[in-house]
Amino acid sequence: MEPERVERGTKASRTFTVVAAPALAALVALPWWGDAGWMRLIAEMAYYLALAQLWNLLAGYAGLVSVGQQAYVGLGGYALFYLTGAQNMNVYLALAIAGPFAGLIAIPVSFAVFRLRGAYFAVGTWVMSEVFALSASLIAVLGAGSGLSLTPAILRQISPDRGSRDAILYLMSLAISVVVCAIVYLLLRSRHGLALTAIRDSEPASASLGVNTFRTKFIIYVATAACTGLIGALIFLQKLRISPEAGFSINDWTVVVIFMVVIGGIGTIEGPFIGMLVYITLRELLADYGTIYLILMGMIAIAVMLKAPSGIWGWVVQRYDLQLFPVGRRLVLAPPTPPQTSER
Amino acid sequence: MEWLNILIQGSLLGGIYALFAIGLSMSFGIMRLVNIAHGDFIVLSAYVALVVTQGTGLDPISSLIIVVPVMFVVGYAIQRGLLNHTLSGGLLPPLLVTFGISVIIQNGLLAGFGAYTQRLHEGAIETASVQIFGGISIGVYPLVVFAVAVFAIASLQLLFYRTGLGRAFRAVSDDADTAELMGIDNRKLYALALGIAMIFTAIAGVLFAIRTIFDPAAGPIRLILAFEAVIIGGLGNMWGTLIGGVVLGVAQAVGAALSPTWQILAGHIAFLVILIVRPSGLFPRTRD
Repeated sequence: MEPERVERGTKASRTFTVVAAPALAALVALPWWGDAGWMRLIAEMAYYLALAQLWNLLAGYAGLVSVGQQAYVGLGGYALFYLTGAQNMNVYLALAIAGPFAGLIAIPVSFAVFRLRGAYFAVGTWVMSEVFALSASLIAVLGAGSGLSLTPAILRQISPDRGSRDAILYLMSLAISVVVCAIVYLLLRSRHGLALTAIRDSEPASASLGVNTFRTKFIIYVATAACTGLIGALIFLQKLRISPEAGFSINDWTVVVIFMVVIGGIGTIEGPFIGMLVYITLRELLADYGTIYLILMGMIAIAVMLKAPSGIWGWVVQRYDLQLFPVGRRLVLAPPTPPQTSER
Repeated sequence: MEWLNILIQGSLLGGIYALFAIGLSMSFGIMRLVNIAHGDFIVLSAYVALVVTQGTGLDPISSLIIVVPVMFVVGYAIQRGLLNHTLSGGLLPPLLVTFGISVIIQNGLLAGFGAYTQRLHEGAIETASVQIFGGISIGVYPLVVFAVAVFAIASLQLLFYRTGLGRAFRAVSDDADTAELMGIDNRKLYALALGIAMIFTAIAGVLFAIRTIFDPAAGPIRLILAFEAVIIGGLGNMWGTLIGGVVLGVAQAVGAALSPTWQILAGHIAFLVILIVRPSGLFPRTRD
């Protein structure tokens, strides 16, 4: 008899890797076989997936239910526009600065909002975002209320040719999404991930077992702000224009993201994927009906929260015990006995 | 004298913010529910009043005879049908369900009324003013609103501390499980609480819509103002909430005196400063 052992991968996760790798390769090759419309749609899916993963890390794991992440989308976007426009900085350098800049701003912000707990934290982060939006609308060099535009000269730095520019922007969106997913996955598999999962399941219990919950939350808050800032810069690099309403829009950058995470399954890596797909599909199907799809999203989110609080993926896990991103550890007893205990 | 004027006008402005905050403070105090849709319920009340005034020819304040019962029923039904099912699952479910309600109300109003700005018209009282000492004149309408806020909070205090229902509310707020053991039907009581909170929300909505233009997207900023007044005043303290509203109003008036574009931002900054200096507000009573 072999002794029992601890496994991380599952059959499902190995199958998933086999399927996902060529699918990702096909997406990377999209500029050579798809048209601009598809590239736009998939780029949007990519950055929404990244935003959803980050919000899920905050709210689903660290217990920081922020409704103010649009602050960092806007800050990242404005940093890019200001640095390339007023400071004549190279666009790639400005992109590289936008993320750390948002992370830096998040440090003093956390001093204020971390004083609030639970739902009050949520509204507090929202107030912070309003402060940034109102400030941006008062600062003349940021275009005040009407915002800023990217000049053609800045776009030519990426590539003089429109087709290859679209391809580069698309690949950057795809790359940031893959990188964010990979960071979240590797983080959750690490020692810190174990701490985060413990905080998710019970904050007092994890604190009593020696997890420094404040430090963990602080680091997660600042790191997600930096990533969100970079994504914001990339989003507005593709939109070419930024204004206080667009940059700091709670509906576009937070409400929609929350719906994705909740519908897909909060506190799992797979959830944001599914939620993003559900959202984009619904929106594409119902685009002609204007406000109806948002009402429908609201109803679905309420129904999911009341009837299946762990979302679509939570239901799948409960029923089929699937894991596509194995972040837990499973105790495998002497073979051929199937796994008996599992930890999500 | 100019600064005294700013102080007075700002304090009066605080009356409407305190009215915004009463419903939020009540549902937090009793159910520990932070209602993200609170601002949208304020705006929804204004739209209900709009429909009533257009349909019956009543003036906005008289339309409260219909708007208040309608909003009471809305509150009762939402607590009974939706929010009562979220109470046991921690912080996230009530937050997200009210988030969903907020999106539904905003987009429902947008689909029904379009994005046009609307206003309720009450007539001469809107522009009437009285002279007080030193040549300072104050609007009659802001004064009425402030008086309504004081009266509303006083009557809520009476309800909480002088009636059997108020005793039940306080018992549930202190310890919901024990209250249930003592024979209180928590679910019914919570529904009643949101219904009563919605009475004040309806009054706030109509009074605000007489003074300011509104549209379907006007809710979120009202939620934020209400939230700031509650936090500045201290959780669970109704008179504190009035003071929170006044602090916010004065901060905004000072900001507006410096530059009109600074009004809202000055209020937010005052809120953040108080949050950093005194995290639990000026006069805290309940722990969260």
